[in-house]
Amino acid sequence: MSAASTMRQQVLSLWMAGSALDENVIAWAFHDGTNGTGPALPDPQQAGGPPYSSGLRALQDGWMLLQSAQLIPPAPGQERENSYLEYEFIFERRIDISDEANALDLRE
Amino acid sequence: MTALDHRLTTRQMAEFVANGFLRFDAIVPRDINQRAIAELEALNAGRLLPSDDLDAMRPPHSGTPLDDCYPEPSVIGEYLRLPQIRGIIESLVGRSPEFDHDWVHYIPSGGTFNQPLHVDANVDSLDQTFDIQMFWFCDDVAPGEGGTRFVPGSHLARVRSSGLHRYQHIVGEQQVACAAGSVFVFHHGLWHAGQPNPGSDRWMHKIRLNPTEPQVRLWNTDDFDGLQSPPTDHFFARMQSGGIAEILRSMPPWMGVTEYRNTQIQRSLLWRYLSGDDSFDVDYYLTRMEQRSKRAAGSVAR
Repeated sequence: MSAASTMRQQVLSLWMAGSALDENVIAWAFHDGTNGTGPALPDPQQAGGPPYSSGLRALQDGWMLLQSAQLIPPAPGQERENSYLEYEFIFERRIDISDEANALDLRE
Repeated sequence: MTALDHRLTTRQMAEFVANGFLRFDAIVPRDINQRAIAELEALNAGRLLPSDDLDAMRPPHSGTPLDDCYPEPSVIGEYLRLPQIRGIIESLVGRSPEFDHDWVHYIPSGGTFNQPLHVDANVDSLDQTFDIQMFWFCDDVAPGEGGTRFVPGSHLARVRSSGLHRYQHIVGEQQVACAAGSVFVFHHGLWHAGQPNPGSDRWMHKIRLNPTEPQVRLWNTDDFDGLQSPPTDHFFARMQSGGIAEILRSMPPWMGVTEYRNTQIQRSLLWRYLSGDDSFDVDYYLTRMEQRSKRAAGSVAR
């Protein structure tokens, strides 16, 4: 990466209850390439709840969709078994951390 | 009182099948909890010392009958021989389980390690048999102060351990908060993780036990006949309130419809094993498939 680059990526993974982007969020993960200098996730509407109630809400807050869950039929014989959370949607937003102090923190 | 007097009820067993865990608050007497810390420190330190250090305290060998583990004098042994603890163990894995392993979990005050969500071992049951893992919290654990994080209802999913790492938060997950002497009993497949501890030092002993006999009706079945549901107990047709099916019908908030229906099927299969009732069903999923297959093959008369 160019030393002059001040763009950093924030990645948000949301797992939905179903295959549509506007269904309820049941799990989430956040990875912050700005090392805390970029915007944080919003407070949940309920204690212990997700930062967004649906993927659509995340879009409305400025997140860009990177990847949707593909619909993969279960392997024969495994139709009635659960495994990992199935409906994973990945979002990003790119943050310009051109503030020099922030950039120094990131190089530590 | 003997362990027989402390066996679980049918309702408790069904709750274990539904949620993958049971909790027993302050079930271990205060005196044992207080004396346990020194022994846990010794075990924690001794386990990894060179094997020629004959003074080091070590765990039993895997496969040791539970009755032979931690003989007197041992505080861990006192805990494991408590009638109320043996009643729980006997109900789930029988009278003669074997020691698989144990581990001392020490999270010092200010510990920041945030363990990723995982299962112990891997996908290790291709049938309905299961091990239990008992988490004995010798100290008070305040909310948010290092208690184990876990996901109720996750135990019947077939996953590999590190595949769960990416789930930082799941709706409906819990974190242990309890009084000293509380014991949590997990199905071996329950998703869980250690947490940072901004509170005071916290010690926990975790032991995994293997059954050596069929896990069929080992609990106190005095209430069984009144609770066992018929295979026609069906949400979309006619339901029977207050039975096993009602307990197994609970829906964790992190499941979608497909996962929930699969879970009902898996819970039903596990309850068939535990109860010895091969016709048991919740909401007709198994019965429908089995009947259709038999009828289509001409082996069942209408």
